[in-house]
Amino acid sequence: MITLTIITDWLMKYMSADAAFYTELVIVAAIYLAVFAIFGLFLVWMERRVAGFFQLRLGPNRVGPMGLLQTIADALKLVTKELTGTKKADSYLYRLAPYFVIVTALMSMAVLPFSAELQAFDINIGLFFIASVSSVGVIGIFLAGWASNNKYSLIGGMRTGIQMISYELSVGMVIVTMATLAGSLRMSEIVELQKDGWFIFSGHISAIIAFALFMIAGTAESNRTPFDLVEAESELGAGFHTEYSGMNFAYYFLAEFINMFIISAVAVVIFFGGWLSPFGITDSIPYMGVFWFMLKTLFIIFLMMWFRWTFPRLRIDQLLTLEWKYLIPINMVNIVLMALLVWLGLTF
Amino acid sequence: MSYIGDVIQGTKTLLTGMNVTGKYFFKNLFTRKDVITVEYPDNIDTLKMFDRFKGEVVMYHDENNHHRCDACTLCELACPNGSIEIIWDKETDPETGKSKKVLVNHIYHLEMCTMCGLCIEACPSDAIMWGQDFHHTTTDRANLTKSLNRPGSSVIPNYVKPKK
Repeated sequence: MITLTIITDWLMKYMSADAAFYTELVIVAAIYLAVFAIFGLFLVWMERRVAGFFQLRLGPNRVGPMGLLQTIADALKLVTKELTGTKKADSYLYRLAPYFVIVTALMSMAVLPFSAELQAFDINIGLFFIASVSSVGVIGIFLAGWASNNKYSLIGGMRTGIQMISYELSVGMVIVTMATLAGSLRMSEIVELQKDGWFIFSGHISAIIAFALFMIAGTAESNRTPFDLVEAESELGAGFHTEYSGMNFAYYFLAEFINMFIISAVAVVIFFGGWLSPFGITDSIPYMGVFWFMLKTLFIIFLMMWFRWTFPRLRIDQLLTLEWKYLIPINMVNIVLMALLVWLGLTF
Repeated sequence: MSYIGDVIQGTKTLLTGMNVTGKYFFKNLFTRKDVITVEYPDNIDTLKMFDRFKGEVVMYHDENNHHRCDACTLCELACPNGSIEIIWDKETDPETGKSKKVLVNHIYHLEMCTMCGLCIEACPSDAIMWGQDFHHTTTDRANLTKSLNRPGSSVIPNYVKPKK
């Protein structure tokens, strides 16, 4: 299942096949951890910089070229900070909660196809794997709200339960819609099928509706403004992570940005042809897949940041009205529409 | 049909909002014309604070080193912190022979001032006003006690105080 054959071949020279397999797992995991810790920091920098431009400010621009090292400095500060907690907190759950969030965020990373060569874990249920693993992350947030023994954290945690479970449905239904078009759940296969035309074009009207729904539900899934009721700085302090400090807080922060990356990456895979270049313009150059994948993903991430700095936060009843009265009925109609399009052969 | 109408209307308003913010983003990405933020220590030589900035209280002096303060002490009375002390003397006017107050020293304690502006409101002749300088950091408290009237300055000759 591991497709990084270069590493496998190299390891096979020095050890038996089994040992090579497990060593490779460890090496790949270490590389992913390191790369995505840095990439998460880059996303934090991007968020702050983009926010600056939206608000007629400059954003961080002092540490390093264009302020790129600012978030590294922030991370170093967070590492050195004391880990505090409330006196009556359930300390076992309190310490455990951040790992739920960060581990599930990193687990979804495994199945993302960065290019034809670079995919750690290519299973035949890739999309389903992401949908199911990312829904475990909600437990971490819920535990944090519960174990902090703080009313604001508890309210934040309860809101997570309402919000994430509702919007998981929409995300799942969009994935079903696109799987109907693709006829597969394997990530690499979905991308290969888009050689002749990205699904957003070949699925035309239904795919465009699905993309809009996915962006709304995805923003809600990753707890970002305008759906950040869980954190709600102005009314709940910081929601579920009010009581967290230092590295424990940094895990939540990093997980939020990695989740945003995953949502964007899934959108790129199921709508915008993953690592494929537009019209195959760079097919002759090797290793361009990662570049196109990252470019498209960063564009979707920018779109989510654009939402954040435009829309005001929804109230809890508006949030549920949006999901249950609008997104789900539209989604259901859309699945039927997509099935009809595929059945009648109206897709391009 | 209001359900579908709502969806279309909602989408339209969301796109309108994104259009507004997007315009600002891309304008700001390519030119920094609208940015209000200044990069402070770099532009320390050219930095000009806006007119209504409350940096400190200063006394207006014209080119002949004349000020408009006739030591009425209204600002001293208005100050809630006692930041202003006015030292005055009596002097006989050579023309009319009447004796009148003359400002000797307008002492301003910057370390006690909260920039409330009550003294400037109270002054009937606009002798004191806001200065824009904010570089007040010093290692000695005594440096913060300032004399607002310049050495050798005097009130404008035949100055008539406006009624307030």
